[in-house]
Amino acid sequence: MSAHALTIHEAGELLRAGDLSSAELTRAILERIHRLDPRVRAYLRVVPEAALAQAEQADAHLARWRREGGALPPRLLGIPLAIKDILCTRGIPTTCGSRILENFVPPYDATAVERLKAQGAVVLGKTNTDEFAMGSSTENSAYFTTRNPWDLSRVPGGSSGGSAAAVAADMALGALGSDTGGSVRQPAGLCGVVGLKPTYGRVSRWGLVAFASSLDQIGPIAKDVRDCAILLQAIAGHDPRDSTSVDAPVPDYLAALEGGIRGLRVGVPREYFVEGVQAGVADAVRAALRVLEGLGATLVEVSLPHTEYALPAYYLIAPAEASANLARYDGVKYGLSVRESADVWDMIRRTRGQGFGPEVKRRIMLGTYALSAGYYDAYYLRAQKTRTLIRQDFDRAFQQVDVLACPVSPTVAFPIGERAEDPLQMYLSDVFTLACSLAGVCGISVPCGFADGLPVGLQIIGNVFDEPTVLRVAYAYEQATDWHTRKPKLDEEV
Amino acid sequence: MPLSLQQVEHIAELAKLALTDEEKERYRLQLSAILEYADMLQRLDLDGVPPMSHAVALTNITRPDEPAASSPRDEILANTPDHKDGLIRVRPILE
Repeated sequence: MSAHALTIHEAGELLRAGDLSSAELTRAILERIHRLDPRVRAYLRVVPEAALAQAEQADAHLARWRREGGALPPRLLGIPLAIKDILCTRGIPTTCGSRILENFVPPYDATAVERLKAQGAVVLGKTNTDEFAMGSSTENSAYFTTRNPWDLSRVPGGSSGGSAAAVAADMALGALGSDTGGSVRQPAGLCGVVGLKPTYGRVSRWGLVAFASSLDQIGPIAKDVRDCAILLQAIAGHDPRDSTSVDAPVPDYLAALEGGIRGLRVGVPREYFVEGVQAGVADAVRAALRVLEGLGATLVEVSLPHTEYALPAYYLIAPAEASANLARYDGVKYGLSVRESADVWDMIRRTRGQGFGPEVKRRIMLGTYALSAGYYDAYYLRAQKTRTLIRQDFDRAFQQVDVLACPVSPTVAFPIGERAEDPLQMYLSDVFTLACSLAGVCGISVPCGFADGLPVGLQIIGNVFDEPTVLRVAYAYEQATDWHTRKPKLDEEV
Repeated sequence: MPLSLQQVEHIAELAKLALTDEEKERYRLQLSAILEYADMLQRLDLDGVPPMSHAVALTNITRPDEPAASSPRDEILANTPDHKDGLIRVRPILE
């Protein structure tokens, strides 16, 4: 098998055995990026020299370990990974897919990036995203739209579409994304890879450029569930620099994969199997439920009665928080600054007017309105109360069942341009991922088949901090199927 | 009820966004449509329901107030649009 097609755990074994060097592996991936990314456009920036230097350091570490023995090297040592361009990377420009941060070079690494580097991982570059993670297709990136590796005329999903496309096209062994309302799970589903949104507070948000602070979580995107567990293990855990990161012990996520799911109760929320779901998507997800049943799980129909209110609540809460978070882009401390202006306020208005793209401005406007005097009670406060009801739906469901299983997205990847002009239509692509985000619980997307030749994702949602059970169900399903081994046919088109 | 142009201009000023006339009209229509959709929240009986601000309730997160290393000054200044003598320069706020 070619090096680029390896998973993290496969490459790790070869690296430790000395059958493959990190420099060889990294070079193979960089060559593949050079060859394929002009068509897929997953990366906003690739850093080959820095990546090869990190790879050589990893090789030196591995050689020393083989010679002298000692503690087993970290699982990510020498593994080439991609980072969504909304996570700060020291010395590498971090644009958030926005013109307003075109020249911003962070003086520090995000905690999650720092933890990958502490294991000796190789950072390949920064992947494309909808501007400030606001979108479901990467079409809101100020730079370009990433293509779905399964069909280059379609979107990869978003906002972490660059990370998902890079992993699906074997242009990285794994990646980090961020998920505010589905931005890891939806692109993972649409690109046929695995993506996990951890419980809110499980992963430090320090150095993750803020979109909606009560919802944002960093999550791994990987080729299989074991790799996803390896990445989560690396980034999870308390960080004093993020006061919302929870100081709770981090379980052994790899040990959690084993044991099977016999006797486990899998809830099937009826609100997620409704009209409007593409027939092929519903079929693939129902077939996946039967596989879980065949593995010994019990399917239980449950109800999350406030599901339909997740979308309106989310599209008030997230923009409200965004309008506050994005107030920092004022042309003073960093980023774009329009200096041809009458006074300081004019400078701020023009900087923001020119620097932000249409969707970001739309959400700032919406959020400002929802928070403004006279509308706060009717919109923002109402949405926050609705959020309580949505959380209570999950609390009740998890008294009956261990996990929930449902589609990730109502459709497969849609054609580029199809939803770009209609914001509400675009927001509907997140309809099955928003409630999980609002409730703060965890969820994973695993490949569960194809509809019209395009990947379908199965979403498994777990209670707060129950990533171990979610990963175990996902792993059991994956071991019983071979969807995760299917690859898009990019090479043959060259 | 659709937003008026005056409301759109008021919101843009609160958000400190310079918008073109075309943008104002587009956002007027799009925000009106989104808010109309969001009106479905008015159907819910929310009396006595507490608002939820965070998924995991944490209170009073504190740390010792101890001096620690910060980011290097030259790297911070390298990102500023304009600086002089180690300070960030801005337009006068009071003339």
